[in-house]
Amino acid sequence: MSSALTGSAADVEARAADWLMRQRDCGEWSEDDQKAFDAWLAESPAHLIAHARLYSAWSYADRLAAMRPSVVEARAGTRVLPALFGVAAALCIAVFIVAALFGGSFFHPDEKTYVTSTGGHQFVALADGSHIELNTDTSLRVAMQAGRRTVWLDRGEAYFQIKHDAAHPFVVMTGDRRITDLGTEFLIRRETDHVEVALISGRAWFDAANGRARAPSMLLAPGDDVISTEKTAILTRKSSRDLADRLSWRQGVLVFNRTALSEVAAEFNRYNHRKLVIADQSAARITIGGTFEANNVAAFADVVKDDIALHVEKHADEIVISR
Amino acid sequence: MSEKTDPINESAHATCADGTIAWFVREILPLEAALTQYLHHNWRNKSEIPDLRQDIYVRVYEAARREIPERAKAFLFATARNLMINYIRDESVVPIEAVADLDALAIAVDAPGPDRSVMARDTLRRLQLALNRLPRRCREAVLLRKVDGLSICEIALRMGIAEKTVKCHLTDGMRALADILYAEQPDFRGTP
Repeated sequence: MSSALTGSAADVEARAADWLMRQRDCGEWSEDDQKAFDAWLAESPAHLIAHARLYSAWSYADRLAAMRPSVVEARAGTRVLPALFGVAAALCIAVFIVAALFGGSFFHPDEKTYVTSTGGHQFVALADGSHIELNTDTSLRVAMQAGRRTVWLDRGEAYFQIKHDAAHPFVVMTGDRRITDLGTEFLIRRETDHVEVALISGRAWFDAANGRARAPSMLLAPGDDVISTEKTAILTRKSSRDLADRLSWRQGVLVFNRTALSEVAAEFNRYNHRKLVIADQSAARITIGGTFEANNVAAFADVVKDDIALHVEKHADEIVISR
Repeated sequence: MSEKTDPINESAHATCADGTIAWFVREILPLEAALTQYLHHNWRNKSEIPDLRQDIYVRVYEAARREIPERAKAFLFATARNLMINYIRDESVVPIEAVADLDALAIAVDAPGPDRSVMARDTLRRLQLALNRLPRRCREAVLLRKVDGLSICEIALRMGIAEKTVKCHLTDGMRALADILYAEQPDFRGTP
Protein backbone atom coordinates (compact mmCIF):
# COMPACT_ATOMS: atom_id res chain seq x y z
CA MET A 1 0.00 0.00 0.00
CA SER A 2 1.07 3.54 -0.59
CA SER A 3 0.96 4.25 3.12
CA ALA A 4 4.74 4.17 3.10
CA LEU A 5 4.54 7.67 1.64
CA THR A 6 2.18 9.13 4.19
CA GLY A 7 2.37 6.91 7.24
CA SER A 8 -0.33 4.52 8.37
CA ALA A 9 -3.84 5.88 8.57
CA ALA A 10 -3.86 5.37 12.36
CA ASP A 11 -0.63 7.34 12.80
CA VAL A 12 -1.83 10.14 10.56
CA GLU A 13 -5.11 10.33 12.46
CA ALA A 14 -3.36 10.38 15.84
CA ARG A 15 -1.18 13.22 14.64
CA ALA A 16 -4.16 15.11 13.20
CA ALA A 17 -6.04 14.71 16.51
CA ASP A 18 -3.05 16.08 18.34
CA TRP A 19 -2.88 19.16 16.12
CA LEU A 20 -6.59 19.74 16.35
CA MET A 21 -6.50 19.48 20.14
CA ARG A 22 -3.76 22.09 20.39
CA GLN A 23 -5.50 24.31 17.88
CA ARG A 24 -9.04 24.17 19.24
CA ASP A 25 -8.83 23.17 22.89
CA CYS A 26 -5.54 24.20 24.44
CA GLY A 27 -5.92 27.96 24.24
CA GLU A 28 -2.34 28.59 23.11
CA TRP A 29 -1.50 28.76 19.43
CA SER A 30 1.55 30.74 18.35
CA GLU A 31 2.68 31.80 14.91
CA ASP A 32 5.34 29.11 15.07
CA ASP A 33 2.66 26.53 15.79
CA GLN A 34 0.74 27.71 12.75
CA LYS A 35 3.83 27.45 10.57
CA ALA A 36 4.64 23.95 11.76
CA PHE A 37 1.04 22.95 11.28
CA ASP A 38 0.89 24.37 7.73
CA ALA A 39 4.07 22.47 6.89
CA TRP A 40 2.56 19.25 8.20
CA LEU A 41 -0.61 19.79 6.15
CA ALA A 42 1.45 20.45 3.02
CA GLU A 43 3.35 17.17 3.41
CA SER A 44 0.49 15.04 2.17
CA PRO A 45 -3.16 15.29 1.16
CA ALA A 46 -3.71 12.44 3.64
CA HIS A 47 -2.81 14.88 6.45
CA LEU A 48 -5.20 17.48 5.11
CA ILE A 49 -8.03 14.96 4.79
CA ALA A 50 -7.47 13.42 8.24
CA HIS A 51 -7.49 16.88 9.79
CA ALA A 52 -10.63 17.94 7.89
CA ARG A 53 -12.42 14.77 8.90
CA LEU A 54 -11.70 15.15 12.61
CA TYR A 55 -12.29 18.88 12.45
CA SER A 56 -15.79 18.49 11.07
CA ALA A 57 -16.74 15.75 13.57
CA TRP A 58 -15.30 17.72 16.48
CA SER A 59 -17.07 20.91 15.36
CA TYR A 60 -20.24 18.91 15.04
CA ALA A 61 -19.93 18.00 18.72
CA ASP A 62 -20.08 21.74 19.49
CA ARG A 63 -23.79 21.31 18.99
CA LEU A 64 -23.87 19.70 22.40
CA ALA A 65 -23.49 23.13 23.94
CA ALA A 66 -26.73 24.25 22.32
CA MET A 67 -28.49 21.18 23.66
CA ARG A 68 -28.08 22.31 27.21
CA PRO A 69 -29.85 25.65 27.60
CA SER A 70 -28.06 28.01 29.95
CA VAL A 71 -30.12 28.81 32.99
CA VAL A 72 -31.13 32.44 33.03
CA GLU A 73 -31.35 33.79 36.56
CA ALA A 74 -34.20 36.07 35.62
CA ARG A 75 -37.26 35.05 37.58
CA ALA A 76 -36.49 32.60 40.36
CA GLY A 77 -33.80 31.12 38.16
CA THR A 78 -36.20 29.56 35.72
CA ARG A 79 -36.45 29.56 32.00
CA VAL A 80 -39.26 28.24 29.87
CA LEU A 81 -38.06 26.15 26.99
CA PRO A 82 -39.81 25.95 23.63
CA ALA A 83 -43.05 24.05 23.56
CA LEU A 84 -43.28 20.69 21.91
CA PHE A 85 -43.90 20.93 18.22
CA GLY A 86 -47.41 19.99 17.21
CA VAL A 87 -46.39 17.14 14.97
CA ALA A 88 -44.29 15.50 17.65
CA ALA A 89 -47.09 15.91 20.18
CA ALA A 90 -49.57 14.33 17.81
CA LEU A 91 -47.20 11.42 17.23
CA CYS A 92 -46.79 10.94 20.98
CA ILE A 93 -50.52 10.79 21.40
CA ALA A 94 -50.80 8.28 18.57
CA VAL A 95 -48.09 6.12 20.15
CA PHE A 96 -49.90 6.28 23.48
CA ILE A 97 -53.21 5.29 22.05
CA VAL A 98 -51.57 2.24 20.50
CA ALA A 99 -49.73 1.48 23.75
CA ALA A 100 -52.91 1.90 25.76
CA LEU A 101 -54.86 -0.39 23.45
CA PHE A 102 -52.44 -3.27 23.58
CA GLY A 103 -50.95 -2.68 27.03
CA GLY A 104 -47.23 -2.48 27.78
CA SER A 105 -46.83 -6.18 28.60
CA PHE A 106 -48.05 -7.14 25.16
CA PHE A 107 -44.82 -5.72 23.78
CA HIS A 108 -42.53 -6.72 26.61
CA PRO A 109 -43.19 -10.24 27.82
CA ASP A 110 -40.12 -10.31 30.09
CA GLU A 111 -40.96 -7.31 32.18
CA LYS A 112 -41.34 -7.24 35.96
CA THR A 113 -43.67 -4.89 37.81
CA TYR A 114 -42.88 -3.28 41.17
CA VAL A 115 -45.58 -1.46 43.14
CA THR A 116 -45.57 0.37 46.47
CA SER A 117 -48.69 1.38 48.38
CA THR A 118 -49.23 4.67 50.22
CA GLY A 119 -46.35 5.12 52.69
CA GLY A 120 -44.38 2.32 51.03
CA HIS A 121 -40.67 2.33 50.16
CA GLN A 122 -39.06 -0.43 48.12
CA PHE A 123 -35.47 -1.09 47.14
CA VAL A 124 -34.97 -2.91 43.82
CA ALA A 125 -31.54 -4.30 42.91
CA LEU A 126 -31.16 -5.11 39.23
CA ALA A 127 -28.98 -7.88 37.88
CA ASP A 128 -26.68 -5.36 36.17
CA GLY A 129 -25.68 -3.70 39.45
CA SER A 130 -28.03 -0.73 39.07
CA HIS A 131 -30.53 0.02 41.77
CA ILE A 132 -33.89 1.73 42.01
CA GLU A 133 -35.75 2.96 45.05
CA LEU A 134 -39.51 3.38 44.83
CA ASN A 135 -41.14 6.05 46.94
CA THR A 136 -44.73 6.00 48.22
CA ASP A 137 -47.60 5.03 45.89
CA THR A 138 -45.40 4.17 42.94
CA SER A 139 -45.62 1.70 40.10
CA LEU A 140 -42.86 0.85 37.67
CA ARG A 141 -41.99 -1.88 35.20
CA VAL A 142 -38.52 -3.15 34.37
CA ALA A 143 -37.53 -5.01 31.21
CA MET A 144 -33.98 -6.28 30.82
CA GLN A 145 -33.69 -7.25 27.19
CA ALA A 146 -30.78 -8.43 25.16
CA GLY A 147 -29.91 -5.06 23.69
CA ARG A 148 -31.18 -2.61 26.27
CA ARG A 149 -32.57 -1.94 29.70
CA THR A 150 -35.90 -0.16 29.92
CA VAL A 151 -37.95 1.07 32.87
CA TRP A 152 -41.45 2.54 32.68
CA LEU A 153 -42.38 4.79 35.58
CA ASP A 154 -46.16 4.53 35.38
CA ARG A 155 -46.92 6.34 38.63
CA GLY A 156 -45.18 8.00 41.55
CA GLU A 157 -41.54 8.70 42.25
CA ALA A 158 -38.30 6.76 42.08
CA TYR A 159 -34.60 7.26 42.60
CA PHE A 160 -32.23 5.63 40.11
CA GLN A 161 -28.57 4.77 40.44
CA ILE A 162 -27.55 3.33 37.13
CA LYS A 163 -24.54 1.28 36.25
CA HIS A 164 -23.60 2.67 32.87
CA ASP A 165 -23.10 0.20 30.06
CA ALA A 166 -22.78 1.69 26.60
CA ALA A 167 -23.75 -1.58 24.94
CA HIS A 168 -27.01 -1.70 26.89
CA PRO A 169 -28.51 1.79 27.17
CA PHE A 170 -30.61 2.38 30.27
CA VAL A 171 -33.80 4.23 29.36
CA VAL A 172 -36.58 5.37 31.67
CA MET A 173 -39.90 6.11 30.00
CA THR A 174 -42.42 8.18 31.87
CA GLY A 175 -45.49 9.09 29.90
CA ASP A 176 -44.21 10.60 26.69
CA ARG A 177 -40.85 11.58 28.16
CA ARG A 178 -37.68 9.61 28.05
CA ILE A 179 -34.53 9.76 30.16
CA THR A 180 -31.44 8.04 28.76
CA ASP A 181 -28.61 7.57 31.22
CA LEU A 182 -25.00 8.42 30.52
CA GLY A 183 -23.67 7.13 33.85
CA THR A 184 -26.16 8.54 36.21
CA GLU A 185 -27.94 9.01 39.51
CA PHE A 186 -31.31 10.72 39.22
CA LEU A 187 -34.80 11.15 40.57
CA ILE A 188 -38.04 11.10 38.61
CA ARG A 189 -41.42 12.08 39.96
CA ARG A 190 -44.50 11.64 37.84
CA GLU A 191 -47.67 13.62 38.56
CA THR A 192 -50.87 13.74 36.56
CA ASP A 193 -49.98 16.96 34.74
CA HIS A 194 -46.19 16.99 34.84
CA VAL A 195 -42.98 15.03 35.18
CA GLU A 196 -40.03 16.17 37.25
CA VAL A 197 -36.49 14.93 36.69
CA ALA A 198 -33.65 15.91 39.02
CA LEU A 199 -30.13 14.86 38.14
CA ILE A 200 -27.88 14.15 41.12
CA SER A 201 -24.70 13.01 39.40
CA GLY A 202 -23.44 12.03 35.96
CA ARG A 203 -25.34 12.94 32.82
CA ALA A 204 -28.61 12.02 31.22
CA TRP A 205 -30.58 12.89 28.13
CA PHE A 206 -34.12 14.05 28.56
CA ASP A 207 -36.38 14.07 25.51
CA ALA A 208 -39.67 13.01 24.03
CA ALA A 209 -40.26 9.28 23.87
CA ASN A 210 -40.46 9.10 20.11
CA GLY A 211 -37.95 11.92 19.75
CA ARG A 212 -36.24 11.55 16.47
CA ALA A 213 -35.90 14.99 15.11
CA ARG A 214 -38.32 17.61 16.28
CA ALA A 215 -38.91 17.20 19.99
CA PRO A 216 -36.92 19.34 22.43
CA SER A 217 -33.98 17.41 23.79
CA MET A 218 -31.83 18.34 26.77
CA LEU A 219 -28.59 17.11 28.19
CA LEU A 220 -28.88 17.28 31.98
CA ALA A 221 -25.96 18.01 34.27
CA PRO A 222 -25.79 17.49 38.05
CA GLY A 223 -28.13 19.88 39.87
CA ASP A 224 -30.45 20.26 36.88
CA ASP A 225 -34.12 19.91 37.69
CA VAL A 226 -36.63 19.82 34.85
CA ILE A 227 -40.35 20.11 35.33
CA SER A 228 -42.03 19.16 32.12
CA THR A 229 -45.70 19.55 31.31
CA GLU A 230 -47.36 18.62 28.06
CA LYS A 231 -46.20 21.81 26.36
CA THR A 232 -43.32 23.28 28.34
CA ALA A 233 -40.18 22.30 30.16
CA ILE A 234 -38.80 24.46 32.96
CA LEU A 235 -35.21 23.98 33.94
CA THR A 236 -33.86 25.15 37.31
CA ARG A 237 -30.55 24.65 39.03
CA LYS A 238 -30.67 23.10 42.49
CA SER A 239 -27.98 23.33 45.14
CA SER A 240 -26.65 20.05 46.50
CA ARG A 241 -28.55 20.80 49.71
CA ASP A 242 -31.83 21.21 47.82
CA LEU A 243 -31.17 17.91 46.10
CA ALA A 244 -30.42 16.16 49.38
CA ASP A 245 -33.73 17.51 50.72
CA ARG A 246 -35.53 16.20 47.65
CA LEU A 247 -34.10 12.75 48.36
CA SER A 248 -34.79 12.78 52.11
CA TRP A 249 -37.67 10.32 51.62
CA ARG A 250 -35.04 7.66 51.09
CA GLN A 251 -34.33 8.03 54.83
CA GLY A 252 -38.04 8.12 55.58
CA VAL A 253 -38.18 11.83 56.34
CA LEU A 254 -39.51 14.97 54.67
CA VAL A 255 -37.50 18.19 54.75
CA PHE A 256 -39.23 21.54 54.40
CA ASN A 257 -37.64 24.92 54.04
CA ARG A 258 -40.00 27.91 54.09
CA THR A 259 -42.65 25.71 52.51
CA ALA A 260 -46.31 26.78 52.51
CA LEU A 261 -48.50 24.69 54.80
CA SER A 262 -50.74 23.78 51.85
CA GLU A 263 -47.74 22.26 50.08
CA VAL A 264 -46.58 20.52 53.26
CA ALA A 265 -50.03 18.95 53.63
CA ALA A 266 -50.01 17.75 50.01
CA GLU A 267 -46.60 16.19 50.57
CA PHE A 268 -47.64 14.38 53.78
CA ASN A 269 -50.79 13.17 52.05
CA ARG A 270 -48.72 11.30 49.50
CA TYR A 271 -47.38 9.10 52.29
CA ASN A 272 -50.38 8.66 54.60
CA HIS A 273 -53.93 7.40 54.48
CA ARG A 274 -54.79 9.80 57.31
CA LYS A 275 -54.98 13.06 55.37
CA LEU A 276 -54.01 16.55 56.46
CA VAL A 277 -56.67 19.13 55.62
CA ILE A 278 -55.92 22.84 55.85
CA ALA A 279 -59.28 24.41 56.51
CA ASP A 280 -58.63 28.06 55.72
CA GLN A 281 -56.59 30.09 53.27
CA SER A 282 -54.72 32.14 55.85
CA ALA A 283 -53.43 28.97 57.50
CA ALA A 284 -52.53 27.48 54.11
CA ARG A 285 -50.19 30.40 53.41
CA ILE A 286 -48.12 30.02 56.60
CA THR A 287 -44.64 28.77 55.77
CA ILE A 288 -42.72 26.29 57.89
CA GLY A 289 -39.36 24.57 57.93
CA GLY A 290 -37.99 21.42 59.53
CA THR A 291 -37.50 17.69 59.20
CA PHE A 292 -40.35 15.29 59.91
CA GLU A 293 -40.99 11.57 59.71
CA ALA A 294 -42.99 11.01 56.52
CA ASN A 295 -45.23 8.37 58.05
CA ASN A 296 -45.92 10.14 61.33
CA VAL A 297 -48.49 12.78 60.46
CA ALA A 298 -49.78 12.90 64.04
CA ALA A 299 -46.37 14.03 65.33
CA PHE A 300 -46.34 16.77 62.70
CA ALA A 301 -49.82 17.88 63.80
CA ASP A 302 -48.58 18.12 67.40
CA VAL A 303 -45.72 20.40 66.35
CA VAL A 304 -48.14 22.60 64.43
CA LYS A 305 -50.41 22.80 67.45
CA ASP A 306 -47.69 23.48 70.02
CA ASP A 307 -45.18 25.59 68.15
CA ILE A 308 -47.26 27.54 65.62
CA ALA A 309 -50.33 27.64 67.83
CA LEU A 310 -52.77 26.59 65.13
CA HIS A 311 -56.03 24.84 65.86
CA VAL A 312 -55.75 21.07 65.26
CA GLU A 313 -58.65 18.59 65.18
CA LYS A 314 -57.67 14.91 64.97
CA HIS A 315 -60.10 12.44 63.41
CA ALA A 316 -59.60 8.79 62.48
CA ASP A 317 -59.10 9.43 58.77
CA GLU A 318 -58.04 13.07 58.71
CA ILE A 319 -56.46 15.88 60.69
CA VAL A 320 -57.93 19.35 60.17
CA ILE A 321 -55.71 22.39 60.74
CA SER A 322 -57.06 25.93 60.94
CA ARG A 323 -56.27 29.31 62.51
CA MET B 1 -34.12 23.30 17.45
CA SER B 2 -34.30 23.20 13.72
CA GLU B 3 -33.00 20.19 11.87
CA LYS B 4 -33.12 21.80 8.46
CA THR B 5 -29.37 21.92 7.99
CA ASP B 6 -26.70 19.38 8.56
CA PRO B 7 -23.83 20.76 10.59
CA ILE B 8 -21.48 18.06 9.39
CA ASN B 9 -21.76 19.31 5.89
CA GLU B 10 -21.84 22.94 6.83
CA SER B 11 -18.64 23.11 8.77
CA ALA B 12 -16.24 24.96 6.57
CA HIS B 13 -12.67 23.98 6.93
CA ALA B 14 -10.90 26.79 8.68
CA THR B 15 -7.32 26.06 7.80
CA CYS B 16 -7.69 25.49 4.10
CA ALA B 17 -8.74 28.10 1.64
CA ASP B 18 -9.20 25.77 -1.32
CA GLY B 19 -12.72 24.65 -2.08
CA THR B 20 -11.76 21.06 -2.76
CA ILE B 21 -11.52 20.11 0.90
CA ALA B 22 -14.88 21.75 1.57
CA TRP B 23 -16.33 19.69 -1.27
CA PHE B 24 -14.68 16.61 0.21
CA VAL B 25 -16.17 17.17 3.65
CA ARG B 26 -19.58 17.92 2.16
CA GLU B 27 -19.84 15.18 -0.48
CA ILE B 28 -17.39 12.39 0.36
CA LEU B 29 -17.30 12.07 4.15
CA PRO B 30 -21.04 11.33 4.43
CA LEU B 31 -20.41 8.32 2.17
CA GLU B 32 -17.80 6.92 4.51
CA ALA B 33 -20.17 4.40 6.13
CA ALA B 34 -21.17 2.99 2.74
CA LEU B 35 -17.56 2.97 1.57
CA THR B 36 -16.37 1.21 4.73
CA GLN B 37 -19.04 -1.43 4.33
CA TYR B 38 -18.05 -1.91 0.70
CA LEU B 39 -14.40 -2.34 1.69
CA HIS B 40 -15.35 -4.85 4.39
CA HIS B 41 -17.21 -6.92 1.80
CA ASN B 42 -14.32 -6.90 -0.61
CA TRP B 43 -11.10 -6.75 1.30
CA ARG B 44 -9.88 -9.84 3.02
CA ASN B 45 -7.46 -8.31 5.52
CA LYS B 46 -9.69 -6.09 7.67
CA SER B 47 -6.78 -4.47 9.48
CA GLU B 48 -5.71 -2.88 6.19
CA ILE B 49 -9.02 -1.11 5.67
CA PRO B 50 -8.13 2.20 7.36
CA ASP B 51 -5.00 2.45 5.21
CA LEU B 52 -6.92 1.47 2.11
CA ARG B 53 -9.53 4.11 2.86
CA GLN B 54 -6.82 6.71 3.36
CA ASP B 55 -5.35 5.89 -0.05
CA ILE B 56 -8.77 6.08 -1.69
CA TYR B 57 -9.40 9.46 -0.08
CA VAL B 58 -6.07 10.81 -1.26
CA ARG B 59 -6.80 9.73 -4.84
CA VAL B 60 -10.29 11.18 -4.80
CA TYR B 61 -9.01 14.43 -3.35
CA GLU B 62 -6.18 14.75 -5.86
CA ALA B 63 -8.52 14.09 -8.77
CA ALA B 64 -11.02 16.59 -7.41
CA ARG B 65 -8.32 19.23 -7.18
CA ARG B 66 -7.96 19.02 -10.94
CA GLU B 67 -11.68 18.82 -11.54
CA ILE B 68 -14.57 18.29 -9.13
CA PRO B 69 -16.35 15.09 -10.22
CA GLU B 70 -19.99 15.54 -11.13
CA ARG B 71 -21.22 12.41 -9.36
CA ALA B 72 -19.34 12.12 -6.09
CA LYS B 73 -20.70 8.74 -5.07
CA ALA B 74 -20.04 6.97 -8.35
CA PHE B 75 -16.58 8.52 -8.51
CA LEU B 76 -15.70 7.47 -4.96
CA PHE B 77 -16.71 3.86 -5.52
CA ALA B 78 -15.05 3.65 -8.92
CA THR B 79 -11.83 4.90 -7.31
CA ALA B 80 -12.19 2.37 -4.49
CA ARG B 81 -12.74 -0.45 -6.93
CA ASN B 82 -9.83 0.48 -9.19
CA LEU B 83 -7.49 0.79 -6.27
CA MET B 84 -8.46 -2.60 -4.91
CA ILE B 85 -7.97 -4.19 -8.31
CA ASN B 86 -4.53 -2.59 -8.56
CA TYR B 87 -3.52 -3.91 -5.15
CA ILE B 88 -4.88 -7.37 -5.92
CA ARG B 89 -2.90 -7.45 -9.17
CA ASP B 90 0.26 -6.29 -7.37
CA GLU B 91 -0.06 -9.03 -4.83
CA SER B 92 -1.03 -11.54 -7.57
CA VAL B 93 -1.96 -14.15 -4.99
CA VAL B 94 -5.67 -13.52 -4.76
CA PRO B 95 -7.91 -15.93 -6.68
CA ILE B 96 -9.86 -14.52 -9.60
CA GLU B 97 -13.24 -14.84 -7.82
CA ALA B 98 -12.32 -11.89 -5.62
CA VAL B 99 -12.32 -9.62 -8.67
CA ALA B 100 -15.58 -11.08 -9.92
CA ASP B 101 -17.24 -10.31 -6.57
CA LEU B 102 -15.89 -6.83 -6.77
CA ASP B 103 -17.68 -6.20 -10.05
CA ALA B 104 -20.99 -7.49 -8.77
CA LEU B 105 -20.83 -5.25 -5.72
CA ALA B 106 -19.75 -2.25 -7.69
CA ILE B 107 -23.06 -2.37 -9.52
CA ALA B 108 -25.00 -2.45 -6.25
CA VAL B 109 -23.33 0.81 -5.32
CA ASP B 110 -25.70 2.69 -7.61
CA ALA B 111 -28.68 1.61 -5.50
CA PRO B 112 -29.80 4.32 -3.12
CA GLY B 113 -28.32 3.80 0.34
CA PRO B 114 -27.89 5.82 3.50
CA ASP B 115 -26.51 9.19 2.52
CA ARG B 116 -26.42 12.78 3.59
CA SER B 117 -30.18 13.15 3.97
CA VAL B 118 -30.29 10.25 6.42
CA MET B 119 -27.47 11.74 8.43
CA ALA B 120 -29.08 15.15 8.47
CA ARG B 121 -32.38 13.81 9.72
CA ASP B 122 -30.95 12.02 12.70
CA THR B 123 -27.95 14.10 13.57
CA LEU B 124 -28.85 14.71 17.20
CA ARG B 125 -29.80 11.15 17.88
CA ARG B 126 -26.62 9.93 16.25
CA LEU B 127 -24.54 12.26 18.35
CA GLN B 128 -26.37 11.00 21.40
CA LEU B 129 -25.66 7.38 20.51
CA ALA B 130 -22.07 8.18 19.68
CA LEU B 131 -21.51 9.82 23.06
CA ASN B 132 -23.17 6.96 24.83
CA ARG B 133 -20.62 4.59 23.42
CA LEU B 134 -17.50 6.45 24.52
CA PRO B 135 -15.70 5.06 27.57
CA ARG B 136 -17.01 6.72 30.75
CA ARG B 137 -14.02 8.99 31.59
CA CYS B 138 -13.54 9.91 27.96
CA ARG B 139 -17.21 10.85 27.64
CA GLU B 140 -17.09 12.95 30.79
CA ALA B 141 -14.07 14.86 29.47
CA VAL B 142 -15.78 15.46 26.12
CA LEU B 143 -18.96 16.66 27.82
CA LEU B 144 -17.10 19.00 30.17
CA ARG B 145 -15.26 20.43 27.19
CA LYS B 146 -18.14 20.66 24.73
CA VAL B 147 -21.14 21.28 26.96
CA ASP B 148 -19.68 23.19 29.87
CA GLY B 149 -16.95 24.80 27.81
CA LEU B 150 -14.31 24.13 30.47
CA SER B 151 -10.62 24.49 29.63
CA ILE B 152 -8.29 21.50 29.77
CA CYS B 153 -6.91 22.75 33.08
CA GLU B 154 -10.40 23.08 34.56
CA ILE B 155 -11.37 19.61 33.33
CA ALA B 156 -8.22 18.18 34.94
CA LEU B 157 -9.16 19.79 38.27
CA ARG B 158 -12.78 18.69 38.05
CA MET B 159 -11.96 15.09 37.17
CA GLY B 160 -8.93 14.88 39.44
CA ILE B 161 -6.58 13.75 36.66
CA ALA B 162 -3.50 15.15 34.90
CA GLU B 163 -3.90 17.58 32.00
CA LYS B 164 -2.02 15.14 29.83
CA THR B 165 -4.69 12.51 30.55
CA VAL B 166 -7.44 15.00 29.73
CA LYS B 167 -5.80 15.61 26.35
CA CYS B 168 -5.66 11.87 25.73
CA HIS B 169 -9.33 11.53 26.59
CA LEU B 170 -10.22 14.39 24.24
CA THR B 171 -8.17 13.14 21.29
CA ASP B 172 -9.56 9.62 21.83
CA GLY B 173 -13.07 11.09 21.99
CA MET B 174 -12.49 13.12 18.83
CA ARG B 175 -11.33 10.06 16.88
CA ALA B 176 -14.09 7.81 18.19
CA LEU B 177 -16.77 10.41 17.40
CA ALA B 178 -15.49 10.77 13.84
CA ASP B 179 -15.58 6.99 13.39
CA ILE B 180 -19.07 6.62 14.82
CA LEU B 181 -20.44 9.60 12.92
CA TYR B 182 -18.83 8.81 9.59
CA ALA B 183 -17.63 5.25 9.32
CA GLU B 184 -20.60 3.43 10.85
CA GLN B 185 -24.03 2.94 9.41
CA PRO B 186 -26.68 4.96 11.22
CA ASP B 187 -28.62 2.72 13.55
CA PHE B 188 -31.10 3.41 16.28
CA ARG B 189 -30.30 0.91 18.95
CA GLY B 190 -30.99 3.49 21.61
CA THR B 191 -34.46 4.27 20.32
CA PRO B 192 -37.20 2.29 22.01
